[in-house]
Amino acid sequence: MMRTNGAVASEPAPAAKPAEPGRLNHEDRAALLRYMAMMRAAEERGLTLYRQGKIPGSFYDGCGQEAISVGSAFTLGPRDRMCILHRDLGAHFVRGVTPDRYLANYMGREGGLTGGRDGNMHFGDRKLGCVGMVSMLPDMALVATGMALAFKARGEARVAMTYFGEGSTANGQWHEAMNMAGVSRLPVVFILENNGFAYSTPNELEFAVDPVERARTYGFPGVSVDGNDVEAVFEASQIAVERAREGGGPTLIECRTMRMHGHGAHDDMSYVPEGLHEEWAKRDPIDLYAKRLVAEHGFTEDEVETIRRDVTQYVTECAERALASPMPDPGNATRGVFATDFEPLGDGQAPWSHWQGRNGHNGSRGQA
Amino acid sequence: MSAATETPKATGAMTYLEAISDALREEMRADQTVICMGEDIGAFGGAFKVTDGFIEEFGASRVIDTPLAENAIIGAAVGAAVEGLRPVCEMQFADFIACGFDQLVNVAAKLHYRQGVAVPMVIRLPSGGGFSGGPFHSQNPEAWLLQAPGLKVVAPATAADAKGLLTSAIRDPNPVCFLEHKGLYRSVKDEVPGGEHTVPIGKAKVVREGSEVSVIAYGSSVHLALKAADDLGGDVEVLDLRSLCPLDVDAILATARKTGKVLVAHEATRSCGVGAEVAALISQHAFEDLDAPVRRLTAPDVPIPFSPPLEQAVLPQLEDMKEALDDLSSY
Repeated sequence: MMRTNGAVASEPAPAAKPAEPGRLNHEDRAALLRYMAMMRAAEERGLTLYRQGKIPGSFYDGCGQEAISVGSAFTLGPRDRMCILHRDLGAHFVRGVTPDRYLANYMGREGGLTGGRDGNMHFGDRKLGCVGMVSMLPDMALVATGMALAFKARGEARVAMTYFGEGSTANGQWHEAMNMAGVSRLPVVFILENNGFAYSTPNELEFAVDPVERARTYGFPGVSVDGNDVEAVFEASQIAVERAREGGGPTLIECRTMRMHGHGAHDDMSYVPEGLHEEWAKRDPIDLYAKRLVAEHGFTEDEVETIRRDVTQYVTECAERALASPMPDPGNATRGVFATDFEPLGDGQAPWSHWQGRNGHNGSRGQA
Repeated sequence: MSAATETPKATGAMTYLEAISDALREEMRADQTVICMGEDIGAFGGAFKVTDGFIEEFGASRVIDTPLAENAIIGAAVGAAVEGLRPVCEMQFADFIACGFDQLVNVAAKLHYRQGVAVPMVIRLPSGGGFSGGPFHSQNPEAWLLQAPGLKVVAPATAADAKGLLTSAIRDPNPVCFLEHKGLYRSVKDEVPGGEHTVPIGKAKVVREGSEVSVIAYGSSVHLALKAADDLGGDVEVLDLRSLCPLDVDAILATARKTGKVLVAHEATRSCGVGAEVAALISQHAFEDLDAPVRRLTAPDVPIPFSPPLEQAVLPQLEDMKEALDDLSSY
């Protein structure tokens, strides 16, 4: 198995099954580019706010990994559910979170998704069908497994999807999640982001066997795709989601990529071998896709540039809204420990054209 | 256990164990979203037979035999709960909550505070010693749980309260840790209302009226206190806390003010335990009413040993309770 922190940047993954004609239409492809660009722009803006001292704590992003969360989340229907992790901002955007709420959350503002209760990427919008992550990894793999357990128990054709880095596959809870999902053939899709490093620890110190190979030992398929190719991620995810929805059980999808920034903004990445970032920079997922849209999918240069420019403008407006949000009332710090009522999770946005008119939703609400 | 498979419609005597089964069965019959998850709870009916006959009645999709993995049980229950089910997780022994602690305290307990996501689930914790279970099958882990804001914790002493509190726990929109003392399973038998029976979480109960000295206890220590009071024939009030989070502060202060002498008793270890919290509340809010320092009767800060004489030396015994009450009365 190839190791991401080796020379893999020059070795593209085997091509995934090409999208069937019509599976992704022009608008879908524009949306894939838009969500990836939105993630990049929002995180760049967040990094600036951090450097300006407006974000307490540290700052974590998924630069270079945009294709993974966008390509995978794009496959989901409104009633599917997610547990989204810290390199996966694009999935939040696909499901309907807007960048102003994301930036406000990072700044600890009232208008953030947690109202200041939790920071950085520790959020999920329950009204959009997401339960947000905790710092302990890969805890959410078990929560997503439990969501899938509920779907199966009720005989519902719904799917749970979650993410984790290759680092967290060393933790025992990863095994617990894979095993439980496999034993009960639960409708859950596990997206493994192999970005080369668990903080500073390279693959060869993380595991002796690539975790994607372990999938079959749990009784379900593991596939490996180029994590910098958004349509490859989409395609593998779509197959896995369909399989889960039809009762075929879980799938583990390894998306091979490279974390282009530090673990957090405080990380100088001195441990990354010289030249590796430069190699991967040539395979930037957003640039690659923009070129491909023009070369293969009938987009004009101008159309692609307009999408990217409009997103940047939109994120700038969102940042202004986030900055205008007040700090939370300290009196709220002791409220809300206990729930007084149960309120079910809401449905997420499902922008893929496939979902238009299906599942009781046209999937287009709130799209930025 | 065959008696437990028949649902009584009127009040009748039941063991503590039967009452737990009864609550679970009633709730599963009344609410399709209630499921059970745990190790060996299906065909085997659970290590203590609480779910005996459940898989036959409710099927394997609602009585889920899980792999031996406590974080998986609790983590998956969180996912199922946020999706609208009401999972009741069985830890085979309360001690094993340590293996599921991360999902309990970091995921389940904090989700509502952080994200407004309610997590309606119950974690059943067969706790307590007295049967040579040794260091890993005898623990009383309530203090661990009480330091994790977001968890409710209940610890019934009677069969009626076991049924009523478990029913309330299942209906609560929060994670509720239900401590069921193994020593009470078959030794305690009392009148339990048939059909629906709830006991509010957060309400203590005076189970013996008295005016000279108060024992504030929960779980197995309630029975120790009642027996000691009867044996001594003293004017002893016994307050059964029933819920450890939230604590019934009003009831604690009321009995402290009434008698002016308080013994807090529990089987769990001493330092930073429930007794410490109760004593601190009393010293802060009822200091002027005290006629003696608040005393504690607890296990010392040691693991629960295996060999009977060692275990008896560690767990509070009836004679210890009598001695503590005598000391306090004569202060």
